[in-house]
Amino acid sequence: MRPVYAISGGVSKFAKSRPDKNFQAVVKEAYDYAINDLQISFPDFTKIVDGSVASYFSDHFTRQLMAAIMAHDYLGLCPKPSHRVEGGGATGGLCFQEAWKSIASGHMDVVVAYGFETMSHVETWKGNEFIALASDVSFDYPVGGFYSGYYAMMVTRHMKEFGTTVEEMAHVSVKNHINAFHNPYAQKRNRYSIQDVRDAPMVAWPLTRLDICVMSDGAAATILASEEGIQKLEKAGAKIPRPLVKITGIGRGTDAMRMADRPHVDYDTFIKDYATEQEKASSDTMKYYKKLWDHGARYPGVHSFRAGRTAGNMAYKHAGIHNPIEELDFIELHDAYTSSEIQTYEDLGLCRYGEGGPFAASGKAFLPGIDYGLKLPDKPTCSVNPSGGLIACGHPVGATGLMQAVFAIWQLQESIKKHFNDNTLQVKDAQKGAIHSHAGTGTYVSVSILEKE
Amino acid sequence: MTKLPNKQQETLGGTIVHNLPFPRDTTPEALAWLKEMAPIQIEQPYSITYLHSYAQDSPWFAGLSNKKILANQDPESGYVYATPRGHDMHSGAETNWIDITENEAVIHAFTVCHFGSEAFLDQTPYVLVQVEFEGVDTLLLSRLFGVDPMEASLDWIGMKIKPQFIRNSKLKPTDVYFIPA
Repeated sequence: MRPVYAISGGVSKFAKSRPDKNFQAVVKEAYDYAINDLQISFPDFTKIVDGSVASYFSDHFTRQLMAAIMAHDYLGLCPKPSHRVEGGGATGGLCFQEAWKSIASGHMDVVVAYGFETMSHVETWKGNEFIALASDVSFDYPVGGFYSGYYAMMVTRHMKEFGTTVEEMAHVSVKNHINAFHNPYAQKRNRYSIQDVRDAPMVAWPLTRLDICVMSDGAAATILASEEGIQKLEKAGAKIPRPLVKITGIGRGTDAMRMADRPHVDYDTFIKDYATEQEKASSDTMKYYKKLWDHGARYPGVHSFRAGRTAGNMAYKHAGIHNPIEELDFIELHDAYTSSEIQTYEDLGLCRYGEGGPFAASGKAFLPGIDYGLKLPDKPTCSVNPSGGLIACGHPVGATGLMQAVFAIWQLQESIKKHFNDNTLQVKDAQKGAIHSHAGTGTYVSVSILEKE
Repeated sequence: MTKLPNKQQETLGGTIVHNLPFPRDTTPEALAWLKEMAPIQIEQPYSITYLHSYAQDSPWFAGLSNKKILANQDPESGYVYATPRGHDMHSGAETNWIDITENEAVIHAFTVCHFGSEAFLDQTPYVLVQVEFEGVDTLLLSRLFGVDPMEASLDWIGMKIKPQFIRNSKLKPTDVYFIPA
């Protein structure tokens, strides 16, 4: 496989509603930004780009089938190749990886991966219904039909099994909202306290409105290129920052759509098939897990995302990462719920299964130099969602995974100040980061590793 | 203390409008001004009736209408699925039907939904549970009644529960629900 570089990106403003532009024009906002950041003209870029991959989740929201070709057309990319990717909330992350494949395989040299969602076209509760149709329509949707309810069930089991608390979950909300305070692209830029999170209206016990991301309209685009693609662009006048940002790891995992169907495997199977390299190498961790299993824990059940662990392990192996919390400078993590951020800390090996709650409140996932109004016992180690994540930036589903990629590119190009007009969220000397995209209750998960060359 | 919502929920629906403001003359200045117009938004109703088949899972629904909870079992390993599954995920073999109506059941996980999708809003607050049956390897999503939804507690997990069946079957998975045993 050839080396693949993420050379530019753009994000539209995420908002509750964008009636001022249709979805094609909102995509173009993000696309134009990415092209302009390369300082190349639109016609010159169009001549060089080989094709696109489109990401959007729901045909219901747009009430428009084949919306991707309409965006591809609006971007002036016809008759170049294109296709759409769909995998629920992970659609954007999968799209990014499809673009990577096109280049790594040698099929293309320059590819744009773009995504969008226009969720404002229906009322919130109808939107919830559309999203809930991404659950089994024979057995799940008719009983509960509500994704926040599904995730809330998962976290009650996590709380019971491991002692995770609502206050630990609220730490995630406080962190991500306060980070987003410095991100002009974010939909919600508010400072909240733990008490604010707990006092917010209850949505699905124990998740309050501030534990949950919001629906959005928005788009994001990234440009990926091979070494040959970079040469072509630079020959046409593009300015591509050095050091380059290289995609060094790709991982994906899946699990059963119905969380009820997920297995509850024994200790030996967990260690053999799912433990991280680091966990397997630690006798202390093996003893810790044996004790959990002796007390009745089983994996993944409904408390953990096997797809996330599988995707993380695969991406780490590809990128040669052995100790993620020490080697990754930041992670843009799919925090549709504060609870799922905590569960994902464990899946991605930032801490052991069962320790996600204390990890959330430890301070290790926070940014240094920001006053969160919290007493955090540990120093920041690996910032999670320095952008503010989905909880604060918004979650226009098809755009979200690509938004994460754009913020990761800017972190590694050390250009946060340029794009945000504020350097607060710049992870100092960022060398390596991960983006994590996640679909309904952990059905599809993708993890991609990006690093400075 | 939980804060109450501080704004009215917005809904669609509005006023019928005849004629829209538009320049009388399409002068260059007037045409340029059109870019400053607020967008026109219209309602587009959309309604579909699907003919949905439960296919190979149909006996499960027939079972509920006869006050029986069926499950699927792999013929070789004996692995049992509480939620119907026509083929085993490990062996790939076609599964058989077994009756688990009398198996002891407990709450494995739960939530109380205070909001929901449009179709369920009028039922809030409602309690969702993942039901764990003795001798069954996977779970079943169902509703729980007979507890106070305003007093949710982690202590509910592990609570023994028993199935109840509605008298007039709707041929939906909600034909069965659970109450504390």
